[in-house]
Amino acid sequence: MEGLMAIVTVLASALRFGAPLLFGTTGEILTEKSGSLNLGVEGTMAIGAIGGFIAGATSNSLFVGMLVAFLCSSLCGLLFSFLTVTLKANQNVTGLAMTIFGVGLCQLIGQTLKTKGKFPAMSEELTHAVASNGIPGLRNIPVLGELLFNYNIFVYISIIVAIIAWVFMFKTKAGLRMRAVGENPGAADSVGINVDRTRYINNTIGSGIMGLGGLYMAMIINIGTWNDNWIGGYGWIAVALVIFASWSPARAIGGSFLFGLLIALQSQVSILANAFPTALGWLNKIPVEFYKMLPFVITALVIIINSIGKKKEGVQPTACGVNYYREER
Amino acid sequence: MSNYAIELRNITKTFGSVVANKNVNLTLEQGEILSLLGENGSGKTTLMNMLSGIYKPNAGQIFVNGQEVVIQSPEDSKKLGIGMVHQHFKLVDIFSCADNIWMGVDTPTYNLKEKLHNIELEDNTFKSKFNRFGKQLGLVFKAMGYHIANAFLAPSRNKKIKSIIEKFGFDIDPNKKVYEMSVSEKQSLEIVKVLYYGAKTIILDEPTAVLTLQEIQKLFAILKKMKENGHSIIIITHKLNEVKEISDRVAIMRKGEYIDTVDTKSTSIQQLTDLMVGKKINLQINRVQSDIAGPLLEIRDLSIKNDEGAVAIDNVNFYIRSGEILGVAGIAGCGQKELCEAIAGLRHIESGMINHKGESIVGLSPKAIIAKGISMSFIPEDRLGMGLAPSLSIADNVILKDYMGDKWYNPFVNRKIARERATRIVKELEVVTPSIDTPVRRLSGGNVQKVLLGREIDGDPNVIVTAYPVRGLDINSSYAIYDILNKEKQKGTGILFVGEDLDVLLALCDKIMVLCHGKVMGVVHAEKTTKEELGLMMTGSLDLSESKHKNYGIAADSNIVDPTEQVTDSVEGGENDPQ
Repeated sequence: MEGLMAIVTVLASALRFGAPLLFGTTGEILTEKSGSLNLGVEGTMAIGAIGGFIAGATSNSLFVGMLVAFLCSSLCGLLFSFLTVTLKANQNVTGLAMTIFGVGLCQLIGQTLKTKGKFPAMSEELTHAVASNGIPGLRNIPVLGELLFNYNIFVYISIIVAIIAWVFMFKTKAGLRMRAVGENPGAADSVGINVDRTRYINNTIGSGIMGLGGLYMAMIINIGTWNDNWIGGYGWIAVALVIFASWSPARAIGGSFLFGLLIALQSQVSILANAFPTALGWLNKIPVEFYKMLPFVITALVIIINSIGKKKEGVQPTACGVNYYREER
Repeated sequence: MSNYAIELRNITKTFGSVVANKNVNLTLEQGEILSLLGENGSGKTTLMNMLSGIYKPNAGQIFVNGQEVVIQSPEDSKKLGIGMVHQHFKLVDIFSCADNIWMGVDTPTYNLKEKLHNIELEDNTFKSKFNRFGKQLGLVFKAMGYHIANAFLAPSRNKKIKSIIEKFGFDIDPNKKVYEMSVSEKQSLEIVKVLYYGAKTIILDEPTAVLTLQEIQKLFAILKKMKENGHSIIIITHKLNEVKEISDRVAIMRKGEYIDTVDTKSTSIQQLTDLMVGKKINLQINRVQSDIAGPLLEIRDLSIKNDEGAVAIDNVNFYIRSGEILGVAGIAGCGQKELCEAIAGLRHIESGMINHKGESIVGLSPKAIIAKGISMSFIPEDRLGMGLAPSLSIADNVILKDYMGDKWYNPFVNRKIARERATRIVKELEVVTPSIDTPVRRLSGGNVQKVLLGREIDGDPNVIVTAYPVRGLDINSSYAIYDILNKEKQKGTGILFVGEDLDVLLALCDKIMVLCHGKVMGVVHAEKTTKEELGLMMTGSLDLSESKHKNYGIAADSNIVDPTEQVTDSVEGGENDPQ
C-alpha cells in the first residue's frame, strides 16, 4: 500500500508539473500549425506570469489573474504577429527577441517591486483558490481520487484547453483553413483564405494560452514568491514538447505529463526509491541533472525516429517559420 | 459593346524597374477557349495572375461580364467566378483531395438580420408582438445552431466532393492524399476545385507541360466539355499544335506586350510562330556531323529500383559513343529519372555495370563521377528543384560543383574565377539577367536552364547526361540549348539526351533509345526511323531488342573486356530499318 501511494504521489506530481508545459505546448502548437515559429514561449509566459500575478494578487481574484495573464501574453502574440506577419521580420530572430524581452521585462517589474517592498503577496483566499482542492466528494475515493480528482483548477483547464484546441484544429472548418495556412499559404491564399488574419488570430490566442502557463509558474510552482527565474526554462521545454507531440494537442496532453513526470522525478525520486528500496533503490544514485536532461534527449530521439520514418504527417508544418509574400515568384 | 467574359484594357504591371506587362488589351468571349501564346517571359502568367488576384495591376482596367472590377485578392477573384489552375499547383500536400477543395468552401450566410427584419414586416400588429418575439428568438437559436453545425467538418463532405468529381467526369479518390497523387491527378483536382467554387472563367497556366500524350487528350476532352457547359477558358501554352487543336482564338504576347488576337481556324502554325517570336525562325534543327569514336559510357544489365521499391530500370544494355547524341524516348515515368540519377551516382543500383572508358563508376560518389567528366543536368517537372541553389547568385551557382578548389589547404572561395565563368556563360548563352549577382530564382525558367546547362558544359565534360533541357522553354531558348549540345557533340562529347518531343529527338539525335516500363524497346538511327515506329515502341507494341541477337546494346569495340561474352556490333539502324 505504501508503495502504491508513493507511485500515486509521483504521478500526481507529474500532472502538477506537466500542466504549465501543456499550456505552453498547446499555445505553441496553435502558433506553429498556422505557420509561425514563435520561439518566444519563455518570454511570453514570463509576461503572462508577472502581469497575471500582480493583477490576481492585488485584486485578490484568481479569475482576474487568469484573464490578465491571458491578455498580457496575447499582446506578446499580437506584437509577434505584427513584426513577422505585417513587417515580415525573421520569425526565429523575433521569437528569440521575444524571449529576451519577456523574461527581461518580467525581471524588471518583479525586481523593482521587490526592492521597493511593494511586491504583492498572495492572500490566504487566493492561495486556497490555487491549492489542490480537487473535486469535492470524488477526491475522497481511495487512490483514484488522489490520481484523478485532486488537482488545482489549472490542471483541469489545461486539459480542457488542449482538447478544445484539438477539436478546433482537426474537426472544424476554421481549423482546416488554419492548417492549410501553415502547410501552404500560397494554396490557402488562392482559395480565398486570409493568410495574415489567420496567423494573427492563432498567434494571439496561442500566446494567450501560454500566459496561463506563466501564471501557473508564478502562483503554483513558485508559490507566489518572487525569484528572478519564474519560468525556469519551461517555455523551452514546451517548444521541444511541440515536436515530441508531433503537432497534436491530444498527444501534447500525454507528452506534457510524461515530461512533468521527469521534472517530478528531480525532486521526488527518493520517494520512489524509499518505497521500493530493493527494486528501485539504485534510483537514488542517479544525479538530478540526468532527469533534467531527459526531456531533451527524448525529444531528440523523437525527431530522429520521425525523420527515419519519412512520414509526411505529424511533422512540422511545411510553411512553419516561413513568412508569406503573395507576390513572390 | 459586346459582353465579354473578361476584358482587359491597357493593363500595365511593373516589378521594380522591370516592366512585365505594358498596355495589354485582351478579350475573352463567353464560352470560348482562348489560347494565350507567347515565349517564356512574355508576361502571360503575370497577366493572368492579375485576374487571379495574386498581383495588382499598376494601371489599366479589368471588366468582368461588362462590369469594371477591382481585384484585390484571390478572394475577390473567386467571388467574380474566375478560377486559375496555376502551373505550380496550389495544393496542401498532407490534405486529402476532398479537404483541399473543402478548405476554400465558404459557409453560406444565414441572413439572420434579413430574416428578423422580414418577421417584423410580416406581423405588425400589437397582438402578435409576443408571437413575434418568440419567432425571433427561435430564429436566433436556429442561426446559432446553423453556424455551430457548419463550423465542424462533417464526414459527409467526402461524399459531396465525390459526387462533384464524378459529375465533372474526373476520376480521383476524394480520400487520397495529395502527396500520393500523380501529376495528372493533382491537375484534375485543381480543375475540380475551381469548378466547385463556381468558376465560370477558368485559366490554365501551361497545363500540358507535365502531362503525357494520353493525359493531354483527356484534358482537352474535359476542356471541350466545360466549354459546352458555358465556361470560358484561357489556356496558356507554347505548344503550337495544341493551340491549333483546342482553341477558338489565339491571343499572342511578346515581351510583355499584346501583339494580336487571331482566329485559330484562319491561321497557320507559321503565322503564329512569326507573331510570337517577331521574326521568322527556321523550324529545322541541324544535326551536325561529328567524328563518332569509341564508346565512352557503357551500361550492361543495369537494374534500378525507384523510390517506391518497384523496378524502374530493368536489365538494360546500351552505350554512348564519343561525338554522338543518344536520345532517350519514352512515356513519362518509365525510368528516365532513375537512369539519370544512377549514372550521376545519386541512386543505388540493384545490379549491372556502368562503365566509363572501361572503368566501373558504380559506387563512386557523385563528386568522383563529376571528376571523371560526367555531367548530369536534370530539369524536373517543376523546373526549379534540381541542380541550382535558387537564392544564390549566378556566379555562386556556377562554382557550386568545384567550390573545393585545387588546393585543399585554401579555405576561401575564388570569386574571381566564379565571376569570370558566370560572365562567360551569360554572354555565350545569352542569359537575360540584370547582372551575374542576381539570385537564380529571379530569372525566368529558360534563363535558369541556360545557367544550369552552361555550368555543366563549362566543366568541360566528356559525357553529358541531360534530361528535359528544353522543358517549358520557348523556341528561341530551345534552339540555343540545341546549339550548345551540338557544339559539345562536335568536341567529341557523348551526350545522353532524355527528351519528350519526338520531333526534336528525331531532328537532333543520332540514335534514339526507346524505353517502356524500364525496358529498352530498341535503339534506332534517328535518320532511318519514323515517329510512328517510335510511338509503337514507346507504348510497348514493338520490341526490337529481343528479336535480333542476344548482345543487343553491347558495342563491338567495347572497353569492357569479358572473354565469356561474344561481342558483336549492334548498331541497330541497318538491321532494324522499317521496311
